[in-house]
Amino acid sequence: MPLQKEEYLRLEQKARDLRKLIINTVVWAGSGHVGGSLSAIDMLTLLYHKYMNIDVANPEWEDRDRFILSKGHIGVGFAPVLADKGFFPMEWLETFNHTHSQLGMHLDKNKVPGLDASSGSLGHGLPLAFGLAMSARLKKQNFRTFCLIGDGESNEGSNWEAAMAIAHYKLTSVIPIIDRNNCMMDGRTEEVMGLEPLDKKWEAFGFRVINVKDGNDLNQLSDALETAMDSEDKPSVIIMQTKKGCGVAHITDDYRYHYAGFDGEKQEQCMREIDEYHDQRIGAEV
Amino acid sequence: MGGLNYTILDTAKLSTAELYGKTLCDLAEEHPEVVGLTADLAKSTKIGVLGEKYPERLINVGIAEQNLLGAAAGMALNGMVPFVSTFAVFMTMRALDQVHTDICYQNLNVKMIATHGGLSFGQAGTTHHCTEDISIMRSMANCKVIIPADGMETANAVQAAYETPGPVYIRINRGFDQKVYDNTEYGYELGKAVQMHEGTDLTIIACGSAVWSAREAAKVLESVDGVKARVLNMHTIKPIDREAILKAVHDTRRIITVEDHNVIGGLGSAVAEVMAESGKACAFKRLGVPDTFSIIGLHEDLMSHYGYDVNGILASARELMGADFEEDDDWDDEI
Ligand SMILES: Cc1ncc(C[n+]2csc(CCOP(=O)(O)OP(=O)(O)O)c2C)c(N)n1
Repeated sequence: MPLQKEEYLRLEQKARDLRKLIINTVVWAGSGHVGGSLSAIDMLTLLYHKYMNIDVANPEWEDRDRFILSKGHIGVGFAPVLADKGFFPMEWLETFNHTHSQLGMHLDKNKVPGLDASSGSLGHGLPLAFGLAMSARLKKQNFRTFCLIGDGESNEGSNWEAAMAIAHYKLTSVIPIIDRNNCMMDGRTEEVMGLEPLDKKWEAFGFRVINVKDGNDLNQLSDALETAMDSEDKPSVIIMQTKKGCGVAHITDDYRYHYAGFDGEKQEQCMREIDEYHDQRIGAEV
Repeated sequence: MGGLNYTILDTAKLSTAELYGKTLCDLAEEHPEVVGLTADLAKSTKIGVLGEKYPERLINVGIAEQNLLGAAAGMALNGMVPFVSTFAVFMTMRALDQVHTDICYQNLNVKMIATHGGLSFGQAGTTHHCTEDISIMRSMANCKVIIPADGMETANAVQAAYETPGPVYIRINRGFDQKVYDNTEYGYELGKAVQMHEGTDLTIIACGSAVWSAREAAKVLESVDGVKARVLNMHTIKPIDREAILKAVHDTRRIITVEDHNVIGGLGSAVAEVMAESGKACAFKRLGVPDTFSIIGLHEDLMSHYGYDVNGILASARELMGADFEEDDDWDDEI
């Protein structure tokens, strides 16, 4: 079912607020993985504000849906989502990366309420998701496991080992989501290590591939999630075509902004650009 | 060292890893069989400069460390001399089976230059800290293990690694280190500790970033406490300099080891093994990460938090100087 206008506007506003909170957190932290945070924030907004079955008051609830941040370097993008949701005080964000803080560049499950697994070493998320889903089947639980994976990260063989197993066991409760922003650390993915045809690879591994043409469009992402969640015969993967740094014009689609810091002036510029970006989005949608 | 003489003038602005990159480029210019490999960390590890000079001789395998170390082994099987760089944590843990079976077991000529060692990427947390590598790598047969104290020593170590056949593991830090050496001309020799400060009251044996702290601590001990501390830069953990350790046991009877690593299995353990087997009694203390996954924070803060910065070394040295171990023959109350 497509998003209703009111709901769409609510979610678009949430994505705008979260983008700004991410920029502020990068500034509090001194610097951070801003590019890959902004490419994924629209999907994170939908998961945490519409689709995931979670209870903020009970973060360890056994039957909650799980989210595994396999591209764990975007802690600076994900911690704001959890804080804003109410899992821990917003003030924690102001200590991001500081000595003794609960929040470091790569988030630690034992320190961050609402976080389902520690991550940061790439290529670990999907095997964890496989194990979670397998255990849910054995324990007769119905939760889903969403797993956000970078496109550069997709180089790691462990992803494909897990993909093979998830398809083999027909674990439709796992939904891998590929943040296809075409950038990794040393350059653009097709220049550093070609991935294409990425959809054919997943298909060959036994998945239904859901391509999202604009992975920063909430309506398209919402359709994709609903299709994936309805899939019963075989597992689905969402490949979302996003832009690194999306929403902040001067860093958009530029791999050199994988990791960056902003001074006061640049921070202001980011805020202005975020507003312009979301105003434009809303203008086009409604 | 052959062909290598870096002075402070042309290198003051270079970080430790940049000095590695520079040395590697010099080696590559002289030796066509030298190649570089990395896994999407060309810029972070500074191996990227090789690619700027010789694009076809730097192979980026994407984010795939097992393939990285396996491919290095493959190239070495065909007579090339691969220098491989990624973060220490991924080199020694993610790809350890390849390091063990493909490189060390086959005794291949692969040089593993790992960056972001110890807690030097402090804010990144446990997934990017590496406080287990010395322990892991020194238990790999055939492999030499070097932890340089700073940029100049890194240049020497990389040169020595090229000149030493077989697998060599070198661990360096992220960013800049406190400068220990002004240039490369101080008599670096693989497997031989460098004495940084003379003393007969106790010996501080350190490696990596702890060398600078140990030397600073020794200066304070001398001027404030009148204690003469010997400081040994034990840059090579394997093969360890037994002679220097035994001499320290004999001359000073008190030893402190300091390392940016878990106290289990690293420099402290290597020194303890030599000491215990010598049969000579010695007061002994290991400083380092106390067998825990570290909190996050700046490198300096973390070294201070776990008590192996200058102040931590001072406190331990004073404690050891006050110990009455030599007079205490009564074991009954201690067991
Ligand atoms: C196993 C492992 N190798 C290397 C790294 C270092 N690293 C962190 S982020 C990154 C690039 C990730 O690219 P991608 O997955 O495309 O993420 P995005 O562009 O969406 O931020 C690399 C190489 C790591 N964290 N883990």
